[in-house]
Amino acid sequence: MEASTKIPVYVQKGDCITPLGFGFEKNIEKVENGVSAISLNEANHIDSTPFYGATINPFVLEHRFSESNIKGVFTPLEKMMLLAVESIKKKYGKLFNEKCGLIVSSTKGNIQALENDDFSTYYLHQLAKKIGKTIGIDEEPVVLSNACVSGIMAISVAKRMIQVGRYDHVVIVAGDSFSKFVFSGFQSFQAVAEKPCQPYDEDRTGITLGEAAAAMFVTKDKKLFQEIPHFEILGDSSINDANHISGPSRTGEGLYRSVSNALKEAKINASEIDVISAHGTATNYNDEMEAQAFNRLQLEKKPLYSLKGYFGHTLGTAGLLETVVALGCAARNNIPQSIGYKKHGVTLPLNVTKEKIQKEVNVVLKTASGFGGSNTAVIFKKCGNHEK
Amino acid sequence: MKNSIVSYCNIKNNQVFLNGEKIFHDEEASEFLEFIKKAYKHFELDYPKFYKMDSLCKLAMVGGSVLLNQLDEVDSEMALVFSNKSSCIDIDRIHQASISENEGYASPANFVYTLPNIALGEISIKYKLRSENSFFIFEDFNPSFLVDYTTSLINLNKAEQVLCGWIEVFENEYNAFLFIAKEAEGLTLNKENLLKLI
Repeated sequence: MEASTKIPVYVQKGDCITPLGFGFEKNIEKVENGVSAISLNEANHIDSTPFYGATINPFVLEHRFSESNIKGVFTPLEKMMLLAVESIKKKYGKLFNEKCGLIVSSTKGNIQALENDDFSTYYLHQLAKKIGKTIGIDEEPVVLSNACVSGIMAISVAKRMIQVGRYDHVVIVAGDSFSKFVFSGFQSFQAVAEKPCQPYDEDRTGITLGEAAAAMFVTKDKKLFQEIPHFEILGDSSINDANHISGPSRTGEGLYRSVSNALKEAKINASEIDVISAHGTATNYNDEMEAQAFNRLQLEKKPLYSLKGYFGHTLGTAGLLETVVALGCAARNNIPQSIGYKKHGVTLPLNVTKEKIQKEVNVVLKTASGFGGSNTAVIFKKCGNHEK
Repeated sequence: MKNSIVSYCNIKNNQVFLNGEKIFHDEEASEFLEFIKKAYKHFELDYPKFYKMDSLCKLAMVGGSVLLNQLDEVDSEMALVFSNKSSCIDIDRIHQASISENEGYASPANFVYTLPNIALGEISIKYKLRSENSFFIFEDFNPSFLVDYTTSLINLNKAEQVLCGWIEVFENEYNAFLFIAKEAEGLTLNKENLLKLI
């Protein structure tokens, strides 16, 4: 089987279910208006004291799910994921059995199952099969569980599997919910912020967790996207730091190499990147590491933002959700404000957006980093009406 | 040139095999953790961090080391592609029990292992591999996917060599099958050959 980088691979804008809204349009609108989903939560099943988080109201989720035509018994996470992929199913469902793959991206899936020591819904392959069966993809689903880069790495895996000839199209569905399992873990690291997270800010004290689902359709058939904004995946890479399992490399080595490789494959210079949708978790180490890597890449003057101030850190969804929003904003020639950033708080310069910018955006760099030393970079280029 | 399986390691039933040849057998250990510690000592891996690791990382570390230690030189860009069924269920249950029992207080030493790709990170650190890392989950060993993904990494110039395979552990049931694939003469990298070797 011959793989060819010459086969171009495309993505459309995708869709998402977040506490900001159910559906792409609502989310883009809120992000463009600088609205955050982070609020003070009182939820005893997560913590005995109030905490900041970006959580989906369970009653709203139930209501919206009951309005859909989806039949079956599902966990809240599965409902989020099914609602996120619904518009893709409507539009491209007829292709779901023509060399169409399904990639499910999640770190912990239905982890709440373990609270009762019940394994019946713990397994990620079960979650993926349920999604596949419900939306009508017969091909065995692939679960990607690679910490906080899972969502963006899924796009990279989809592209590679199309270029190697296994699939013509890939549906990606990402989801992670707000769980005591993860919240208590980040608390034990003293990594949870007492206020809504402030990526790259001097006063940042850590992360705010969130929950969301996102979906995207990836294809080699450009014709499918003729009438809608779409992007070509120009280059991608995921290089491990080989430094520490729970902290990033101080020099940003893995991220630096990931972006360098992606640029090389894309055959473009760093100067051609218009905007960076970065990881920006608001921990001291992560944001500093990104500043190191982006300066080594001479990308420090490029407009850069983190969406964690809007959605919190949504773990295995984050990379996909942030790509959906980044491409959505780019399609409208907008660069969103990086919420929470007031005073520069990393030791090297970065051009973090303090307000929304309206300008032509053609090339988008999306990056993410995560536990286990993982990093991913993917470069997207606008096609369609804006093609030069 | 074609992509081939150049070496492989199996760990199952208290035994470790390298390229089909039995290189360690412990007849006494009745539990996974006891067996894997004996294997670690037998191969003189001398990596004290091993003792802090969860079951999945311990299994990955022994399997990965058996394959990588036999090489004259380890390619620092060798990609890692692992897969299993149960993610990191053992440490997930330990973390869950600790937060249920201790009013929500967790141990960071456990929490850090509650992601399956940590096993890739541990091997990357030990062998200084700055390379492509991905962890996939399937109901069963999925040779066709692993062949295609490994092929894509090699043919798209993401890596020249790939350490790939299945690494499953749930309490005392475990099975590891790891192999190195690269462009070379030898046993062709395909689904049929992988099914014979696991």
